[in-house]
Amino acid sequence: MKIRNALNVKTPKPPSQKNGGSSLGIRNVKWLSFPYILWMVGFIIIPLIVILYYGLTTDDKSFTLDNIGAILHPINLKALRIALEQSLISTLICLLLAYPLAMILSKSKMKSNSFIVMIIILPMWMNFLLRTIAWQNLLERTGIINIVLKFFGLPVLNIINTPKAIILGMVYNFLPFMVLPIYNVLIKIDKDIINAARDLGANSVQTFLKIILPLSLPGVVSGITMVFVPSLTTFVISNILGGSKIVLIGNVIEQQFRIGNWHIGSGLSLVLMIFILISMAVLSKYDKESEGSGLW
Amino acid sequence: MVKRFFERFYVGLILLFLYAPIIILIILSFNGSKSRAKWGGFTLKWYKALFQNQSIMNALYATLIIAILSAFIATIIGTAAAIAINSMKKTPRTIMVAITNIPMLNADIVTGISLMLLFVALKYTLGFSSVLISHITFNIPYVILSVMPKLKQLNPHTYEAALDLGASPVYAFFKVILPDIFPGVLTGFFLAFTLSLDDFVITHFTKGPEIHTLSTKIYTEVRKGIKPEIYALSTLMFVTVLLLLIIINRKNAEKKEPDKKV
Amino acid sequence: MKKLIGLSVLLTLMVLLAGCAKDDGEKVYVYNWGEYIDEETLDLFEEETGIRVVYEEYEQNEDMYPKVQSGAVKYDVVCPSDYMIQKMIENDLLHELNLDNIPNIKYIDPIHLKSSQEFDPGNKYSVPYCWGTLGILYNKTMVDEPIDSWGVLFDEKYSGEILMIDSVRDAFAIALIYLGYDLNSTNETELEEAKILLQKQYPLVQGYFVDQVRDKLIGGEAAIGVIYSGEAIYSSRENPDLEYVVPKEGSNVWIDSWVIPKNCRNKENAEAFINFMCRPDIALMNFEYITYSTPNAGAWELIEDEEVKNSPVAYPPQEVLERCTAFRYLGEDMEEIYMQKWNEAKSE
Repeated sequence: MKIRNALNVKTPKPPSQKNGGSSLGIRNVKWLSFPYILWMVGFIIIPLIVILYYGLTTDDKSFTLDNIGAILHPINLKALRIALEQSLISTLICLLLAYPLAMILSKSKMKSNSFIVMIIILPMWMNFLLRTIAWQNLLERTGIINIVLKFFGLPVLNIINTPKAIILGMVYNFLPFMVLPIYNVLIKIDKDIINAARDLGANSVQTFLKIILPLSLPGVVSGITMVFVPSLTTFVISNILGGSKIVLIGNVIEQQFRIGNWHIGSGLSLVLMIFILISMAVLSKYDKESEGSGLW
Repeated sequence: MVKRFFERFYVGLILLFLYAPIIILIILSFNGSKSRAKWGGFTLKWYKALFQNQSIMNALYATLIIAILSAFIATIIGTAAAIAINSMKKTPRTIMVAITNIPMLNADIVTGISLMLLFVALKYTLGFSSVLISHITFNIPYVILSVMPKLKQLNPHTYEAALDLGASPVYAFFKVILPDIFPGVLTGFFLAFTLSLDDFVITHFTKGPEIHTLSTKIYTEVRKGIKPEIYALSTLMFVTVLLLLIIINRKNAEKKEPDKKV
Repeated sequence: MKKLIGLSVLLTLMVLLAGCAKDDGEKVYVYNWGEYIDEETLDLFEEETGIRVVYEEYEQNEDMYPKVQSGAVKYDVVCPSDYMIQKMIENDLLHELNLDNIPNIKYIDPIHLKSSQEFDPGNKYSVPYCWGTLGILYNKTMVDEPIDSWGVLFDEKYSGEILMIDSVRDAFAIALIYLGYDLNSTNETELEEAKILLQKQYPLVQGYFVDQVRDKLIGGEAAIGVIYSGEAIYSSRENPDLEYVVPKEGSNVWIDSWVIPKNCRNKENAEAFINFMCRPDIALMNFEYITYSTPNAGAWELIEDEEVKNSPVAYPPQEVLERCTAFRYLGEDMEEIYMQKWNEAKSE
């Protein structure tokens, strides 16, 4: 990225990369994609068309924009707004927690990187519903945390069934998705570049801001994508930890599908998709090098 | 050094955060009372009941098979696709990536219902294969997105060099490219496996009546109270994987792998 | 090392796949609520009739409906709730039952057959399986006096101690009944009044739950909760401080019944299954396992524990039942309106 220019070193791009793609020298590599293209058409595009169909029609098969317009109903608008707020806050907190962790882990002397990865992923192998319910045992008024606090005479924690608990649940659930991409990018940063910066007189803060942070941006973008998007459509966490007191857009969509209103449900889903596409487009501006394709 | 202490403390805190609910679940697996709100004394009866419970064990098998198979197939298709996409010109590549992202963008329930409608329209009986197909569908994007960055980091000339030295394309692929992108492939596989293990909504809408996964079983029990046998099962699964991890890590440490830094 | 991994994965797969033995023969496909049957009864059914039971579970009526309606899966026997049965009848999704094949229906208490006529006129499509009431479960050590009215749910003095039910029909039923209206109301003014009452309640409740109410009350997390009678028996056993009451203003009585979808695979096996479930000893087994009241008079006779047999919670006296009404299906448009008002009620 910009780092090379900063050091005034220009690396010539190999000819195959001028178009932005590298065939790795393999000829006719396109045939590798055919199984996937088939799959894509069958199981991604066609279902998408189904949703588009339901979203843009009514029961008597006539075209309508009402289903999409349903988002403008005050309750739905509010549900969308609250979901956006919660997702943004959760994503931000995830980022603030994950980045330092990723940095510390990337510096560790542990021989096996995959061990670290597994330790972070491991909790996700316990069923998500069970883990969320277990948080109730921790956060409730009569829960474990409060038992411990009371024992020490400390004030009681009262965040269960409030938005704070929902955000905690979301951060808990999505933290690994934020840590791993950043971690994977950080361990690949060439130590020589950092040493070079130090040699040229940069202190720790400057090194971080000018070199490490920019280089880690693709990982950050991947992490944000993997946290923000699912957190926008979630509703289970807000039901279990938030006492269902908050109605999120995910709840609304789920309700509509449950009572059989596939048209409105699809319409609202389309709106949500547009939102997500816009945010991903915005994010990809920070990811010019990888051109929006890096997960980690 | 103080800094080292704080770093360890921070990592420890985060790990505690991640594992706290798991510890609760483990404790609950020994709880004599069926209710999670009450401690009814220490017992092993749920572990015993677990192995006698045919339907839970069947759900376990189904869950594992679907997770392994769908992750495996998704990894193959996804890796091939990633290599192909990586070689495309900018426009087709952007399109492919955009479409790849779609299952990730959609709410679970939308993907689930749309796939169900598709199967119904094709008069395809819901059963094991419909679930498998659905899982592969939402797994592939994650594999692709795991492998792509690794492909970008590859030095394209290594492959050409191998060919120049007389290797056949296939041999060169397996010996040159695959090892380099293997971390990405492996990560993709494990990610797909994890997502498949835990999925409920999509499985619910695309499965047939004979198929139960652990997730669907648990969700249907939420209303009436989760069977403590499930806590026992989760504990066993967790401990098993943890042990495996530790063993594998020990083995790797013994091998004295040279530090690889790209 | 890699070869070892590959080999073990392959072996595992083979072992697992071997476990999925295929077999043909008579089958019956049953779709029921989660944890809503004693699985031993399924084994007994298989032993006695030779028909294998393929059993699947769901968590809510609305999860079940699209699967049955779309024909995505063909079930022989399903166990929906009252209003859902009416919806399925109106959408022409159910077979009429051949009661000659279900002689054990004679054991079902006529009272419940009569209430079933609310949603299944003529008892043509359904056979009751479980029933119960909607009521208040409260911790008698955490309230000032014994509770007998829905009003306590809207009482500021219990703010922060209330667990409200997270179900649109049930919540509105409570509000409507408390205001003196019919719980099947479709009157816009009445619904709006109910909504405003629920809105006023919003700051007072800890949260809206269905299943969690039980554990939270057992643990003393709250003082008052709305619950179905079937849960109350279990809860009281776990925490003897808990009492159940059907408020004086009236309440909802619900019934879950067996029905046979029109797209079933084998109607006769379905009817044989339902008939078996109506056998008193089988119904008793189910009652004892899930603690939800059985409408089977024959089974009730066989209950040994006198306390349970005469429990006002499980088998309330006539005067209680008389102030309880069953739900009717109100149509898609009305469901939409209820849902909207419910979302509006759940806001600050």
